[in-house]
Amino acid sequence: MPSGDTLELRPGGSWTAANAATLERLSDDVAPQLDQAGIVKVDMAGLRELDTLGAWLLERMSRRVTSAGRRAEIIGVADNYSGLIEEVRQVNRRPPTPPPARNPIVAKIGDIGRGTIGASEDVTAFLQMLGSLCIAILGVMRRPRSLRLTSLTYQLYRVGWQAIPIIVLITFLIGAIIAQQGIFHFRKFGADSYVVDMVGILVLRELGVLIVAIMVAGRSGSAYTAELGSMKMREEIDALSTMGLDPIEVLMLSRILALVCALPILSFIGSMAALYGGGLVAWFYGGMGPAIFIARLHEAVSVTHFQVGIIKAPFMALVIGIVACSEGLRVKGSAESLGKQTTTSVVKSIFLVIVLDGLFAVFFASIGM
Amino acid sequence: MQEGAEQFAIRVRDLVVGFRRHIVIDHLALDVRRGEILGLVGASGGGKSVLMRTIIGLIPRQGGEIEVMGSSINHDRATRSAAGRWGILFQQGALFSSLTVRQNIQFPLRENLALSEALMDEIATAKLEMVGLKAEDGDKFPSELSGGMTKRVALARALALDPAIVFLDEPTSGLDPIAAGDFDALIKTLQKTLGLTVFMVTHDLASLNTVCDRVAALADGKIVAIGPMRELLQSEHPWVRAYFHGKRSQMLQPKAS
Repeated sequence: MPSGDTLELRPGGSWTAANAATLERLSDDVAPQLDQAGIVKVDMAGLRELDTLGAWLLERMSRRVTSAGRRAEIIGVADNYSGLIEEVRQVNRRPPTPPPARNPIVAKIGDIGRGTIGASEDVTAFLQMLGSLCIAILGVMRRPRSLRLTSLTYQLYRVGWQAIPIIVLITFLIGAIIAQQGIFHFRKFGADSYVVDMVGILVLRELGVLIVAIMVAGRSGSAYTAELGSMKMREEIDALSTMGLDPIEVLMLSRILALVCALPILSFIGSMAALYGGGLVAWFYGGMGPAIFIARLHEAVSVTHFQVGIIKAPFMALVIGIVACSEGLRVKGSAESLGKQTTTSVVKSIFLVIVLDGLFAVFFASIGM
Repeated sequence: MQEGAEQFAIRVRDLVVGFRRHIVIDHLALDVRRGEILGLVGASGGGKSVLMRTIIGLIPRQGGEIEVMGSSINHDRATRSAAGRWGILFQQGALFSSLTVRQNIQFPLRENLALSEALMDEIATAKLEMVGLKAEDGDKFPSELSGGMTKRVALARALALDPAIVFLDEPTSGLDPIAAGDFDALIKTLQKTLGLTVFMVTHDLASLNTVCDRVAALADGKIVAIGPMRELLQSEHPWVRAYFHGKRSQMLQPKAS
């Protein structure tokens, strides 16, 4: 309501958060008028309710006027709101500092650099964990009583015994699928019976241990990371080290040893389940009776194939355990970082398991196994 | 009844809360007046937090009535609509760790109101400065804050929607005496300027003495004494006497006489 050079505003009703959208529109609408008026008077006598949001909107209007070098008066303030208006007058005095502008190219190069350093830190962390683990094992060998048998047994139960049903199910299905595909395609060449060779060699040498290792990384590796990570968040690991105990020896040694013991056993069980699945499919789908299947299997595979598979298992377990534990220790304060580290742990250990499998393939080929 | 609803922010009648056979709150009655700061004291594990969490609808009750600002509270979805009318400061802050301080404060605004981004930033900064933090602190993550700052940010978030009632669960625990004193003064100032009703669970005798208008003592699942601090100091109830006249409470005695 302009009167000459003086603009008089009479806010009324409830200037509270409940009417926020209306109030913001109202104060935006009045802005052009504010810029033209010489003196602005705000008569607050008609206000029924006021909260921080409303007070701030009014304060923002009066600041807009005063910053242009003109005068703003607020009159008719009820006693119970004067404190709030005073309080709001103090806030937001300093202009927000804009984030420093970054050159996108420099930022990209910076990201690459940080990524590289991060990757080399990963390698260092892995080696460091391996080293500390060796020291812990040496310590245990010197004083066998310091091995935590209860914890080791419990971890073995968790990562070994409790994993058996799911591992058997998955490997059984994988074996069955391989056999079915083999029979389907080999039939075209009249080479049905070679399916047994394929299933046997593939499962015993590669797939059995690989599938089991990936399952274990997803099942137990993630659990290790989450457990150790939340212990880190709640300062439990710090508490352990202040009591003069080595967290690696107390928490990680038993976990990693349990994995190293469990994975070969699980691989063996998994391979057997896969062969069983393959045999069933060969019988019902391929029409090859169990007796023939077993006889062919006997010819096709040797102990070497089985050895090649099972030798890899403890090394894969070691990689999974070390990655899971070191990622767990890298968890920082927030819940988000726990989730991120758990994901990293699973992704990284599956990747390393596959890389390790490739390296073993090269190694075994070169020594003729 | 209508007058009662005007006068009282929280009315609790005949409240019973328990876990299986174990009764924690036993036929409790409590009134919190509008605009007052009520301090609730009680033994550790005596049900203070349970009472607070029952009032805000987090724990189901076995019986009784709870009214907050004139509307009754149940353990269901309807309670959520009351959420705009109260702010809660949890003991550990309960800040969302994946959001920055500013986003934490804006969260209730964003969920409940339709505001422009610029105004939302200004409101968040205003709240930050009102609880005594700097605008730059808004870009930090909760894991980078000290204990006192966490409590302040949590208070700013509790006050984001300008609620009529705030519940504070041990607001000064874990703070040094200076920070605790500052925090008390802050609560008092905000209560005056914003006209808040404050329901405060605390063990801090100093803040009971300086900030609270009235103090309620919870023992054996009931409110055994309620009133201004000097009345409670004269209470004859054995637990209240032990609480306020123990060795640690000696510093309060001169004021009592």
